[in-house]
Amino acid sequence: MASSGIELLLVSLPQLATGAGQTLAISALGILFATLGGVLYGVLATLGSRWLNILLQVYLELFRAIPVLVWLYLVFFGLPIFFGLSIPSFWCAVLVLGLWGASEVGEVVRGALQSLPRGQREAGLSIGLGGWQLYGYVLLPQALKRMTPPTINIYTRIIKTSSLAVLIGVVEVIKAGQQIIERTYESVLIYGALFLFFFLVCYPLSAASRVLERRWAHA
Amino acid sequence: MSFDTAFMLSTLPAFFKAVGVTLQVGVIAIVTSLLVALLNATILVLRTPYLWRLVKGYVELARNTPLLIQLFFVYFALPSLGLKVSGFAAAIITLTFMGGAYLTEVLRAGVEAVPRAQLESGRSIGLSEGQLLRHVILPQAGILSLPALFANFVFLLKETTVVSAVAVPEILYTTKNYIALYYKTYEMLAVLTLLCVLIFLPLSLLLRYLERRLQHGQFGH
Repeated sequence: MASSGIELLLVSLPQLATGAGQTLAISALGILFATLGGVLYGVLATLGSRWLNILLQVYLELFRAIPVLVWLYLVFFGLPIFFGLSIPSFWCAVLVLGLWGASEVGEVVRGALQSLPRGQREAGLSIGLGGWQLYGYVLLPQALKRMTPPTINIYTRIIKTSSLAVLIGVVEVIKAGQQIIERTYESVLIYGALFLFFFLVCYPLSAASRVLERRWAHA
Repeated sequence: MSFDTAFMLSTLPAFFKAVGVTLQVGVIAIVTSLLVALLNATILVLRTPYLWRLVKGYVELARNTPLLIQLFFVYFALPSLGLKVSGFAAAIITLTFMGGAYLTEVLRAGVEAVPRAQLESGRSIGLSEGQLLRHVILPQAGILSLPALFANFVFLLKETTVVSAVAVPEILYTTKNYIALYYKTYEMLAVLTLLCVLIFLPLSLLLRYLERRLQHGQFGH
């Protein structure tokens, strides 16, 4: 039994690995867009424009109120009928993870920027720095230590949430696992392997986030 | 593309029921998670030998794996070990497995956030360990963890949408079902969005308000 289990895992490895590749690709792209969008959100939210803040608030609340899985279905079913746009489910997942992640990372970046002493912004402006220089050389580098640990935590949430893509038909690691189970009925073994896969990806990130948070607590 | 209002209205009773299921699953899972978390947090705070390592391991496993895999494991893999559960039971078990871990962390962090000086002051005026716990640590830890607790309750309630994957007839499953049966995608997505905004948005706003209020209530502000 034990040896046949290991044998099965070895035989299934290529299929699982292909699925895992898709999962990691969705996660990585989601993380990339979440980070870029999040920094943009954070900067825009600290410019002090009232209308911009209302707009960002609406964006944030929409992604907080509507669960990610519902967003996945809204985009997957909605884009074709509302906009006549049919995009592959892989990119639906990337889009939703990116937009949702950007709202989460954005709030972290905004919080980190706002926690800096006011004098930093004023000093930067008083020596004649423009907007890009102010954020690029003064504010964002100082906020980096404060926003990195919570942002890494959001990355693990994006990776875990990428698993929902299977529900809109992406052939990622869970789907690959289900296909193997259909053939072999080894559900405990395969789901065990899936548990292990996500744990091995997410745990180091969570641990890193915790270590950095402790190390930079007084930064 | 036409909007079939009559059809939409005809589905309202079913959606009313679905909201009931969402709230039922959510509330049961919140209560059971809280019970699991209270037990685990006590073990962690008291550092009960061996048990606290087990709790630590559980918390890390539950927090670093997706809810969907936990759900599929309970629903599809446990039967082959002789444990067959319904979709509803699988939903409660899984949400409790995940929620219990998150809430354990919240409660533990709440106790640890009570300043050491509070403990030392309590001891110096001659409070017993029991009195210290009841009058000094728990009231402050409770207040300190309240926003995070509430945030996790809202999170758990939102996560109930995931259990639509094992055919629990909550709001998302009901929507998918109607779309599959009648192809009224447009109308059903509108109802689903509206329901989410009606149920989760007020909670999300209340959460933000609570966070602000309690921040000001803390010592030193």
